[in-house]
Amino acid sequence: MTLVSNSVKPDTGAARAFAISALRKLTPLAGVVGFLLVWQIFVVAWGVPAYLLPSPSAIGHAFINQLPLLISNGWVTVYEMLAGYALAVGIAIPLAIAITSSRRFNQLVMPTMLFFQIIPKVAIAPLFLVWFGVGTTPKVLVAFLISFFPIVIDAAVGLRSMSSEMTDLARSMGASRMQVFAQFRLPTSLPYLFSGLKVAATLAIAGTVVGEFVGADKGLGYLLLVTNSNMETALMFATIVALTIIGLVFYYLVELLESYLIPWHVTHRVELGTM
Amino acid sequence: MSEPYIRLTNVGKKYETKTGAVEACGDINLEIKQSEFVAIVGPSGCGKTTILKMVAGLQPYTSGTITVAGKRVESPQTDVGIVFQEAIMLDWRDVLANVMLQIDIRKMDRAKYEPIARSLLKATGLEGFETKKPYELSGGMRQRVSICRALVHEPSMLMMDEPFGALDALTREQISMDIQRLWMETRKTALHITHSIPEAVLLADRVVVMGPRPGRIVEIIDIDLPRPRRLDRLPDRFHEYSTRIRDIFKSKGVLAMD
Ligand SMILES: Nc1ncnc2c1ncn2[C@@H]1O[C@H](COP(=O)(O)OP(=O)(O)OP(=O)(O)O)[C@@H](O)[C@H]1O
Ligand SMILES: [Mg+2]
Repeated sequence: MTLVSNSVKPDTGAARAFAISALRKLTPLAGVVGFLLVWQIFVVAWGVPAYLLPSPSAIGHAFINQLPLLISNGWVTVYEMLAGYALAVGIAIPLAIAITSSRRFNQLVMPTMLFFQIIPKVAIAPLFLVWFGVGTTPKVLVAFLISFFPIVIDAAVGLRSMSSEMTDLARSMGASRMQVFAQFRLPTSLPYLFSGLKVAATLAIAGTVVGEFVGADKGLGYLLLVTNSNMETALMFATIVALTIIGLVFYYLVELLESYLIPWHVTHRVELGTM
Repeated sequence: MSEPYIRLTNVGKKYETKTGAVEACGDINLEIKQSEFVAIVGPSGCGKTTILKMVAGLQPYTSGTITVAGKRVESPQTDVGIVFQEAIMLDWRDVLANVMLQIDIRKMDRAKYEPIARSLLKATGLEGFETKKPYELSGGMRQRVSICRALVHEPSMLMMDEPFGALDALTREQISMDIQRLWMETRKTALHITHSIPEAVLLADRVVVMGPRPGRIVEIIDIDLPRPRRLDRLPDRFHEYSTRIRDIFKSKGVLAMD
């Protein structure tokens, strides 16, 4: 086997590396294109009615034709999602710091927090509607609730992840509590914190849509309900596409921030990933 | 005779665990003079790390007394530089900043110590790597950085816990020579833990030989060899010392030669 493959690869290392990297980049794209193609052929060949399953090209048309509508509603959703996420980050991180600095505090809040996390967010969304009406607040709250827990948990794990030898090193330097926190514990926790932030980023958009489902007069979740009841299936799919784009962009923005803030961790991971 | 700098009197340590107390070491009597280089060799689990941590004030002892510079050790010692078995690097700081961490945490004068940090890096062959991040270094280079960090603030004591444990033989030898040279320049009181017999004989003025757990000191051997000791010109006496230590381990059943 090896003999054969060696003899048929006379090209230079650089050219081969380029081909491999191009192939690696094109593979996921080819998957998507292939999937859409099969979908298109299936819909056209079987004559599936558009209200059941529109073809990818019909969805594309709906997306472009209704772009202003998608943008105006999408903006509302983005705003609610970002507000909920920011609230979660702003509360979860200080809470994680408090939990990891005091065992008593941990015992005090952990069970309550777990209790609130177990309650399905879909179940309390209607309650928020009763309390806060159809405005922005209930959506922000659902997005907040759903993205809060992974951030607290991962930040707390990260803040506890400092090795005992690093602790000994800090103590032998006579580091104060503040110094241990700022110079050792907090930077050590960042990779963990970011894994929580990324999970939360993917959840926040779902939380916002749940909030909009329950009661709204704008937003992509609202648009989904309207297009659904009007049997505008192509536009409904276009809305889903818009939601997916928002979710992806948000996720990659968080990842970009991660690679900027903790290059040491990201580099390490990339190395492992390409092995 | 001057007062010993580090003194352990009948020191013992029992770890309380769920399955009962584990005696890590006991009856440890050891005096280390100022500027003396003492190595501890012993089998795995005989309490070497425990002794180092107790002397450094990082681990409480359960019997006996430890004094450093005449004062009883009750809290972490700070007039010390410690090199751990694994190089503890702060990944978010570059090489120079990792060395300067020692200075930053102690709020010492950066301007005064940065040249010292740079010259230490140069002395350990890391010139040109000052702005590299730890993940861009090899294991041996990382361990050299931690040696520089243990020395930059000019502490009275240098403690090393199997600093070469994770390194290959060639790197071990190179860093051993670095350590000998740096120690000869500064003459810090040094406590060096290893399970390599040649390494102990090469570096130390005295080698403390420990038996298997629960760790006791079996013998303390004066190494009367001129410095600098060179790996390529090892005198016969070097091998005699090594053989003697090896024989002690054999008699304790630690080393089986056949
Ligand atoms: N935190 C701990 N809790 C309980 N037992 C411990 C603890 N640390 C060490 N021990 C026990 O004490 C003994 C001595 O441990 P120590 O780490 O000092 O050994 P060592 O001589 O440094 O070994 P090695 O050469 O493998 O590093 C071991 O048998 C270990 O089981
Ligand atoms: Mg050890």
